[in-house]
Amino acid sequence: MPVLTGKELRIVGFLCNWCSYGGADTAGIGRFNQPTDLRIIKVPCSGRIDPLFVVKALMNGADGVLVSGCHPRDCHYAEGNFYARRRLEIMHNFLPIIGYEPERFEYTWVSASEGQRWQQVVTSFTEQIHKLGPAPKILGPEASDTLSLMQAAL
Amino acid sequence: MKVGVFVCHCGSNIEATVDTAAVAAAAREFPGVVFATDTMYTCSEPGQDEIVNAIKEHNLGGIVVASCTPRMHEQTFRRTVERAGLNKYLFEMANIREHVSWIGKDREANTNKSVDLVRMATEKLLRNRPLYSKKFDINKRVLVIGGGVAGIQAALDCADGGLEVVMVEKTSTIGGKMAKLDKTFPTVDCSSCILGPRMVDVAQHPNITLYAYSEIEEINGYVGNFEIKVKKKATYVNWDSCTGCGICMEKCPSKKATDYFNEGIGKTTAINIPFPQAIPKKAKIDPDFCTKLTKGKCGVCAKVCPSGCIDYEMQDEFVTEKVGAIVTATGYDLFDWSVYGEYGAGRYPDVITGLQYERMLSASGPTGGHIKRPSDGKEPKNIVFIQCVGSRDKSVGRPYCTGFCCMYTAKQAILTKDHLPDSQSYVFYMDIRAVGKLYDEFTRRAMEEYDTKYIRGRVSMIYPKGEKLLVRGADTLMGSQVEVDADLVVLAVGAEASAGASELAEKLRISYDSYGFYMEGHPKLKPVETNTAGVYLAGACQGPKDIPSSVAQGSAAAAKVLGLFSKDQLESDPQVSIVDIKRCIGCGKCIQTCPFGAIKEMEFRGMVKADVIETICQGCGICTSTCPQGAIQLQHSTDNQILSEVNALCQF
Repeated sequence: MPVLTGKELRIVGFLCNWCSYGGADTAGIGRFNQPTDLRIIKVPCSGRIDPLFVVKALMNGADGVLVSGCHPRDCHYAEGNFYARRRLEIMHNFLPIIGYEPERFEYTWVSASEGQRWQQVVTSFTEQIHKLGPAPKILGPEASDTLSLMQAAL
Repeated sequence: MKVGVFVCHCGSNIEATVDTAAVAAAAREFPGVVFATDTMYTCSEPGQDEIVNAIKEHNLGGIVVASCTPRMHEQTFRRTVERAGLNKYLFEMANIREHVSWIGKDREANTNKSVDLVRMATEKLLRNRPLYSKKFDINKRVLVIGGGVAGIQAALDCADGGLEVVMVEKTSTIGGKMAKLDKTFPTVDCSSCILGPRMVDVAQHPNITLYAYSEIEEINGYVGNFEIKVKKKATYVNWDSCTGCGICMEKCPSKKATDYFNEGIGKTTAINIPFPQAIPKKAKIDPDFCTKLTKGKCGVCAKVCPSGCIDYEMQDEFVTEKVGAIVTATGYDLFDWSVYGEYGAGRYPDVITGLQYERMLSASGPTGGHIKRPSDGKEPKNIVFIQCVGSRDKSVGRPYCTGFCCMYTAKQAILTKDHLPDSQSYVFYMDIRAVGKLYDEFTRRAMEEYDTKYIRGRVSMIYPKGEKLLVRGADTLMGSQVEVDADLVVLAVGAEASAGASELAEKLRISYDSYGFYMEGHPKLKPVETNTAGVYLAGACQGPKDIPSSVAQGSAAAAKVLGLFSKDQLESDPQVSIVDIKRCIGCGKCIQTCPFGAIKEMEFRGMVKADVIETICQGCGICTSTCPQGAIQLQHSTDNQILSEVNALCQF
């Protein structure tokens, strides 16, 4: 079943297990309504996120990617989110080069208690992606070359 | 792998906004899925039995349950599949309650999203491998942070259970807020008579090591093996030889030091013992007020001390302690009520906090138990109590109810009448929240037997009128304005997280909410655990609590620690990184990035390779995303597993 055409776009979320996944749970427990576009992939720490996961999601057809971890200095693994910040910031600058608006990607920090904040993050990011519309699908031989290079790198 | 999928209704929690039967039907079409069904309550006993039976009947190799968050029931279902003979890591959960059914009412979109999440979980499961735990030794000592009543209870229970306890207290005496109270509700018995003996027990217990006037500098390690660096702040008094005789206090010429124990009611000496029952009963110098330390002149205490323990050159000292578990009992502090301009913002000396009033009522307090106006020392006649100052007030960012102010105000009104039979007390309240055994009866007594006038309404203004304070407010039951000529105003100031709570949380790697209170593992099922293994909560650090609840949680935390230490070895989490030796090029990048020092170099046929120490690895996976070769993989979150989830989502 694909996304609901006309209603939803495809947004992939990578959330750390300790803070942001808990924050999304807290939002659920508080019944804070959110758009349905986002699909959440749980990772142990935002430092676990290889920037290529984000690129791969976009190249495979995601319209937006959201990463969320613990607040700086609050990481369950002490410093994982600092690694995430460096890597993702560099990757963010690289997105236009491969043909994506940088607004299609965002990283943020949400703690396990911030259900309301999570609702705001999801709502505003989803609105942002809807404003941009569906992502350009990269077609043609160049794309598959890039993809296989990326796969090799992974 | 043959996969079985169970989609839970969770009563109507999920079923109301997700068509679970349609999700199960869609799941039957996924590669690998041979069995899919929807069940009413998957976590119930019949629900779990259904999983066990399906595994046996259909010879399933892995299970997906689409229900609540894995934080709730992942452990439950892992045990279920284990019961059916599968490895517990051949199980995945799709969170279709907190992340789907509870956050939107669009049934079509929710059902569609649930199908996506189940597909994702199935794809991940197909790449799961059985994982096996290792055993490791633990250090059966426990650290208790904070020496209030909750910390004391936890420490004594652990110590009586045979554990070695290290207690670290920020101030120079244990006892916390309870030591400052005169009497306790609803029994009106003397606070220090209940707490005092417990404090002495802490000092005398052979299993307890107490570090007073100390703070946590650094915490390293993990459950079973923490390493704690404790900073012993300089007291300028050698505590090994100090006998607590108090001669230094009598002779100290600097008598204007802030009296923190007495909440600023009255002054103390620069060298002081906070109160007569202090544990440990040792003197310390307040360096801000000691003229020897500030100006280099004086030295009286060194001259009079019979045991020669004054040391003006003393420096902070650091000690390292090794423990296996930590109980955090850092308590609360009072809200800074000076934001309330209508109550004078601290300009009127006769507007005081409940805790200051408590010190005034106490026989060992600065007024010797006599109620006196701070401004002129006269006995007050009309006393106004104002409830909910910094509680239940969104405008000052404190929307929560502190919970114990209604009770302590009733107690203070009763005590006021006992001390000053001619006085009249007024209580401005919003609602009386007296939930607890004998609590409502107690507030009734304050109203009926002690003739306290309870006025339902807020105070809009306090301003001086001659020697008195005019308190103007509303009586919302009568629908009228009220004015009281008060001699003394006592504010029931609400509680907030103690100063420095968030810095400590960062060291402990636990979460806290926007008010600084620590997050429990689960609001109902894990009220004393945190999400960091081996770290437990006790008392008001988790949220405002009265004494009985704090003590109960202290004992509960101790029970958790004793349970943890009932085994000689703990099982490690097998979700750790492993190195593929063929791909590792020995660059050492993983060794540099690992926050725990869990990776070391080893030699393999003359080549340098990385090697993970399994019991130290915490499973963050930073190494996996650092490795240029993809040679080190975090098990259960490998690149292939995460990318399979990405592909499951982005295939259309």
